Amino acid sequence: MSTQTDNQLIFELSRPGRRAAAQAPRALPEERLSAIPQALRRKQRPALPEVSELQVVRHYTNLSTRNFAIDKQFYPLGSCTMKYNPRGANRAAMLPGFLGRHPLAPESHSQGYLACLFELQEFLKEVTGMQGVSLTPMAGAQGEFAGVAMIRAYHEARNDDARTEILIPEAAHGTNPATAVMCGYKVREVPVNKEGDVDLEALKAACGPQTAGLMMTNPSTCGVFERQIDGIAKAVHEAGGLLYYDGANLNAILGKVRPGDMGFDVIHMNLHKTFATPHGGGGPGAGPVGVSERLKPFLPTPIVGREEDGRYRWLDQHDLPQSIGHLSAFMGNAGVLLRAYFYARVLGREGMIRVGEYSTLAANYLLKRLEAIGCTPAYPARRASHEFILTFAKESKTLGVSAMDIAKRLLDYNQHAPTTYFPLLVPECFLIEPTETETKEALDEFVAAMESILAEARDNPELLKGAPYSQPVRRLDDVKAARELDLVWSNV
Amino acid sequence: MPFIPHTSDDVQAMLAAIGADSIEDLFDEIPAHLKAGALAGLPEGLSEMEVTALMAARARQDAGALCFLGAGAYEHHIPAAVWEIATRGEYYTAYTPYQAEASQGTLQTIYEFQTLMARLTGMDASNASVYDGASGLAEAVLMALRANRKSKSGRVLMPEAVNPRYRQAVAAICENQNVELVSVPFNTAEGTTPVAALADHAGEDFAALVIAQPNFFGALEDVDALTDWAHAQGMLVIALVNPTALALLTPPGEWGEKGADIVIGEAQPLGIPLSSGGPYCGFMCCKQQHIRQMPGRIIGRTVDLEGRPGFTLTLQAREQHIRRSKATSNICTNQGLAMTAATIYLSLLGPEGLEAVAAHSHANTQDLVARLSAIDGVSLAFASPTFHEAVLRLPKPASEVLPKLAERGIIGGYDLGLDFPALADCVLVCATETRIADDIDLYATVLAEVLA
Repeated sequence: MSTQTDNQLIFELSRPGRRAAAQAPRALPEERLSAIPQALRRKQRPALPEVSELQVVRHYTNLSTRNFAIDKQFYPLGSCTMKYNPRGANRAAMLPGFLGRHPLAPESHSQGYLACLFELQEFLKEVTGMQGVSLTPMAGAQGEFAGVAMIRAYHEARNDDARTEILIPEAAHGTNPATAVMCGYKVREVPVNKEGDVDLEALKAACGPQTAGLMMTNPSTCGVFERQIDGIAKAVHEAGGLLYYDGANLNAILGKVRPGDMGFDVIHMNLHKTFATPHGGGGPGAGPVGVSERLKPFLPTPIVGREEDGRYRWLDQHDLPQSIGHLSAFMGNAGVLLRAYFYARVLGREGMIRVGEYSTLAANYLLKRLEAIGCTPAYPARRASHEFILTFAKESKTLGVSAMDIAKRLLDYNQHAPTTYFPLLVPECFLIEPTETETKEALDEFVAAMESILAEARDNPELLKGAPYSQPVRRLDDVKAARELDLVWSNV
Repeated sequence: MPFIPHTSDDVQAMLAAIGADSIEDLFDEIPAHLKAGALAGLPEGLSEMEVTALMAARARQDAGALCFLGAGAYEHHIPAAVWEIATRGEYYTAYTPYQAEASQGTLQTIYEFQTLMARLTGMDASNASVYDGASGLAEAVLMALRANRKSKSGRVLMPEAVNPRYRQAVAAICENQNVELVSVPFNTAEGTTPVAALADHAGEDFAALVIAQPNFFGALEDVDALTDWAHAQGMLVIALVNPTALALLTPPGEWGEKGADIVIGEAQPLGIPLSSGGPYCGFMCCKQQHIRQMPGRIIGRTVDLEGRPGFTLTLQAREQHIRRSKATSNICTNQGLAMTAATIYLSLLGPEGLEAVAAHSHANTQDLVARLSAIDGVSLAFASPTFHEAVLRLPKPASEVLPKLAERGIIGGYDLGLDFPALADCVLVCATETRIADDIDLYATVLAEVLA
């Protein structure tokens, strides 16, 4: 006998005629719809579920418990900065005055909201060392798009139209090359050396009159600080290109080093990482962009400005005629921006500096502890930034146990797995990012779990290959998922 | 230290394990001249109580007006359960379901969302959502260019009656990808896009025609005729729809002889608050044959090692983390929380409930139009039937009237002169099920006074 705690679909709970009656207005007589021509009317109601309010609440409450989450587990997903998401930020962003504000409400009815956004712009400028900020991009990837689109607009405004290429280190996030292509550029990858730094000679050789810019993260996805950043900036700038900073790893250096001071011309920030807004099972995020002086005219609109009398107003195409334009229907993910604003105000100056310090402390501690139990760092000679890479190439070869097997077994120890198989250039790797909000005990528990799993790998590798055992499902058949596409439920 | 748990003993023990004397030592690979200064532009930190009080005062400052604005964002009643559940920590603080076994909650929710949207639109497949309707329309245009292999022109027909903010976003996002958006004028008596307006383009090469239902003016297009015309010309049809309206209107999958090919829309009306414009949630559906050209996350149902059903990310070979520069888009998230809210909302409303919401919104707008157009000098601008928005012509420029209404606590609609100079005396008004008869009376009274 099945119960609702099984993973039945909401559609399977449906019974004709059942309703959550409190949730809809009374039905209207048909003549109130007479203005809509019959030819345009739907012939059959959509097959939405017919369920009670309690069934809905119970179904989605039970479903939610089938997730790992920061609120439940250590979640050391590298490059994702899964730090604590303050509850206070959620409550503040859900205040009725903010939730009920229509995006096109007049400025006279928006001063409170605009004040928060204006201050957030200023905070982000200060902490990144950039000269202008636009909050509108709705995700990191859209921030990247805005950044590269601005680089393009800049070159075009100077009639410098021979620049057709974006340089990208081979360790970069996949969004970087995908973004460059969306902006009409060709991608040239630059090799990374054995110590995790960009191959500077190769970069210099790749720079030229065709170079529009370079996209990079620093610290890089190798989990190390790029020590030659001065040389890189010089090479790209001398060739007439601009430097783009992918803010995915900003948490590592928050308060310690500013991208603007490193010579970057444009950056995006992932507020859902560095500024602790929730990841929400895959979104929404926010990807504000910051720019140096020369790119300010091209910022995406709208931006919040302040008049001399202290009133706030939207700056739009009229104020920024060279802007790359609007990237959303309105002005980005406002609710996410308000959560980030709350976080910035609670942290303040001192708190902001501590983020980089303690995330780096946690990562270096975890790295040393894992090294001590026999894990292999990918870059043993280097300091970790806020994250680091382990490689299980040796275990894979000698024991037949892959990084994926270890990742799946970690779930049985109630630890979320780190990022696996990224960056692509390190075989059988984990990218581990503990963040500053985890206790030393939590880090120690992860080490204990890894120690136990490495022992299992030696004694009983088959155990790992069958993992996980404790989750709602065992390992899933991804090949069947792709070959026999089942993307929507069919009752037939 | 806000949100940082380490005691000084912890710090000493951790530094000892690392073999470093101080935290500063951990930054010894960073060139000294690059170290940040004092960050003097940042304020001192505050407590939760203090920041909450500050933000509550600001939120109150913006509250209280009676709003008749739509124009792409709609105030509907949101059942209490929607956000009580969507903000549970298990949904709120999870990430992208890369570890499928530990993310079945999020994955099944997405699968249910995909099913709901496919059923509402009458399409075969859906993705897990995109950022919003406007950027989603840009993705739909790019998808149509990939999917229509016979078309070589890179051109798409974009009616002027499509939300101008959506058209702007499409232009900004597609600008560098050799896409040409060719606009189609609307009929100034009807406020719609007649097939006759397309006749000039018969026989030309376009990858797709965008059809908005209802369009930006709230007017209902002859979607069957437009769809059949586009298909006869070898174009794909991109349907831009309001999800609430779909409870009453023909779903895009049934438009014309063959139905629309790609459907895009804004899921905000489905349980997502106005919230100053975001986060919202674009939904995107298509015919099965185009699924491999779809951008964004897609969830599939499969089985585990023991044959039990389960859910996983699928068709990842389209995506940036695998395909890099050859991906269908750089998008790498969906609007998880907003999508979860929409899923819960549709489950609570059900087919009858959603229809009732749509019917009340339509009927209230009819009442609003009747009341306001009874005022001297106010008239309906277009003759077409509408869903829950309509264009009223005023005896004065909208830019003069709306601020006066705002001074008296009424946000009276959208000034169409901002985008259409010929409609400078026109205002786009909206009344959903939340604008009751008393609200409508008040608007009519105040407008009459302002115009007197």
